[in-house]
Amino acid sequence: MNLTVLTVASLATAVAAFAQTQAPEIKFDSIPNAIQLPAGLYFGEVAGVATNSKGDIFVYTRTGHPTVTIGTMRPFAHGGSRLFQFDRSGKFVREIGKDTYAFMVAAQVRADPADNVWVVDEMSNMVMKFDPQGHVMMLLGRKAEAESVPARTVPQGTGAGQPTDVFNRPTDVAWDAAGNIFVADGAGNARIAKFDKEGKFVKSWGKRGTAPGDFANVLSIAVDALGNVYAGDGGNQRIQVFDNNGAFKTALPNFTGNAQAMCLTRGANPVLYVSNSNPWNDIDAAGEIYKMRLDGTILGRFGRAGKPLKEFGTVNSIDCRVENTLFVGELANFRVQKLVLH
Amino acid sequence: MKSILIAPVVLTSLLTLSPAFAQRKATIENVPEIPFTSVPNFLKLPPGEYLGEAVAVATNSKGHVFVFHRSNNNRLFEFDQTGKFVKEIGSGFLGFEFAHSVRVDKDDNIWTVDEGSNMVTKFAPDGRVLMVLGRRPLAVLGVQLAPPRDPPRPAQKYEFCRPTDVGWDPQGNIFVSDGYCNNRVVKYDKDGRFLAQAGSEKPGTALGEFNLPHGLQVDLQGKVWVADRTNNRYQVLDNNLKPIRELTNVGVGWTVCVSGGPHQYVFFSNSNPNGNQPGTWDITGEIYKAELDGTVLGKFGRPGKMAPGFQVVHMIDCRNPNEIIVGEIESWRVQKLILKPTSTSAGGQR
Repeated sequence: MNLTVLTVASLATAVAAFAQTQAPEIKFDSIPNAIQLPAGLYFGEVAGVATNSKGDIFVYTRTGHPTVTIGTMRPFAHGGSRLFQFDRSGKFVREIGKDTYAFMVAAQVRADPADNVWVVDEMSNMVMKFDPQGHVMMLLGRKAEAESVPARTVPQGTGAGQPTDVFNRPTDVAWDAAGNIFVADGAGNARIAKFDKEGKFVKSWGKRGTAPGDFANVLSIAVDALGNVYAGDGGNQRIQVFDNNGAFKTALPNFTGNAQAMCLTRGANPVLYVSNSNPWNDIDAAGEIYKMRLDGTILGRFGRAGKPLKEFGTVNSIDCRVENTLFVGELANFRVQKLVLH
Repeated sequence: MKSILIAPVVLTSLLTLSPAFAQRKATIENVPEIPFTSVPNFLKLPPGEYLGEAVAVATNSKGHVFVFHRSNNNRLFEFDQTGKFVKEIGSGFLGFEFAHSVRVDKDDNIWTVDEGSNMVTKFAPDGRVLMVLGRRPLAVLGVQLAPPRDPPRPAQKYEFCRPTDVGWDPQGNIFVSDGYCNNRVVKYDKDGRFLAQAGSEKPGTALGEFNLPHGLQVDLQGKVWVADRTNNRYQVLDNNLKPIRELTNVGVGWTVCVSGGPHQYVFFSNSNPNGNQPGTWDITGEIYKAELDGTVLGKFGRPGKMAPGFQVVHMIDCRNPNEIIVGEIESWRVQKLILKPTSTSAGGQR
């Protein structure tokens, strides 16, 4: 079976570029001033944007670098990212988790079906669950007591991680209908970790590599109504699909690209949005977003890399609670865009 | 935390041993002195606020003064034309770490160049961020070491290495001097898309090559003026970054300013070097005023701890060529200088 899948996947990759360029262009607009920041408040790199059922908008952004203080034998790192809430009209509501221990380098924010707000931080290596009032309900992972300030080496080891909630640069979080938690782990490790709804470790799968089921990295994740797990393996330019227990099913046949952000709509006839995000230091390549069915059929594409509205700077987050009204978080443009697709 | 112990030692030995020291004296002679006065206590800071190293200063069309300075945190202050504090812009902003330049474009947008975050940021007059160029290294990766010198990493289209200054031509194209660890000038269109570069990651001495391009301005003809600091010269490039000529007689190329139109003048600063080494006050510190053809009209200023002396002029605003505003590194000070107007026929040799 694996052989068959492999062959199908290879063929699919060969025709993917063709399928992608043939994808119809989706016309769209970007709503100016969709988010209004109060004077004196600034977004940095926008790693995450998410809406809840009321249409409130949550933005998790790298507003500054962590501050390092000198302690006994060890340097300690503090801060660097902030979580803001806006109402559906884009008006600032409040800040959540100000000065909390784990907000260092924002990776993602998502709202679950009960409007809890989940934050993923790739430097503290923590996943935090806030209830709608902003209280901390659950924590996965633990921030390192002290930070190594010199440059880190490239990821080492198999990337398979440990059978625990010890993460290495986690990037995203998703849930199935039963409330099981799936963490994309991520940019340092190359695995997906599954926890039950109480946060108890269930299993993890994946390791660094290129074979089916391996990952170069896991940059984005989504779970469909049947519990299938879609993982953006950006480094291998593909999206892999697993069943609820991590068994490899397929790689989506028509997509080749840096799947750095992904969003799956809810309800009947779901669609998947995937960003082929441009490298942060090149706006002359990639950057477009695809709309596809769960079998990988591409419905259309829109946008390109760049700096003005309607162009994208390294999209790291997509919110698609409303199918044709998207919120897009960009790292390189320090911005959230609200897009209306026609 | 940030090489606190090492830096002063290295700095001192570099200055003492620098073979370029003797070249700091400008070779031009018999330049008339331009009389001037320094407005006392020009900038009025609110109680409890301080300037740090005042490396960057610029004015907008209303005469408001923007100071981008190295404080405990890097900060951008706006003052009105009388020197009264108006507001702070970009407090805590990710693109602020180690200030190098602030400039105001024809639409009064405020642009900062930050060599600690490798970012150039365009702020609207109300302080909103309109565009960012470059990227701050990702914190989770830790300290990013300087690119290896041999061979240097090729300069990237959309990535700076300690950039120094920004300017625009009348069409809105963006020019960035980049910088301490690249040695180039980059041209982008108004939306930030790469068009061309002069120089490269490598330092060089030929025309169109640079060794620490430290300041940059664009005149109304679209020509690009570059302060090529370690080469002890200024270069003029055409709008496509092809070199036109160099000016080698006005000392070290610390910073350059082109005044407002229609008759534009250019100002060059042979700033006294950091560290105030013995003898430097005698041969450096003056600012030159010239025509765009390079004819030097006069000079003014000299080093000194107390105003109107200069302590390493790092940037000049010359929107009005008779009311110069200078930002100084080592006195943490901004001075407004009222110059006696010169006539174009005044002497001064090329």
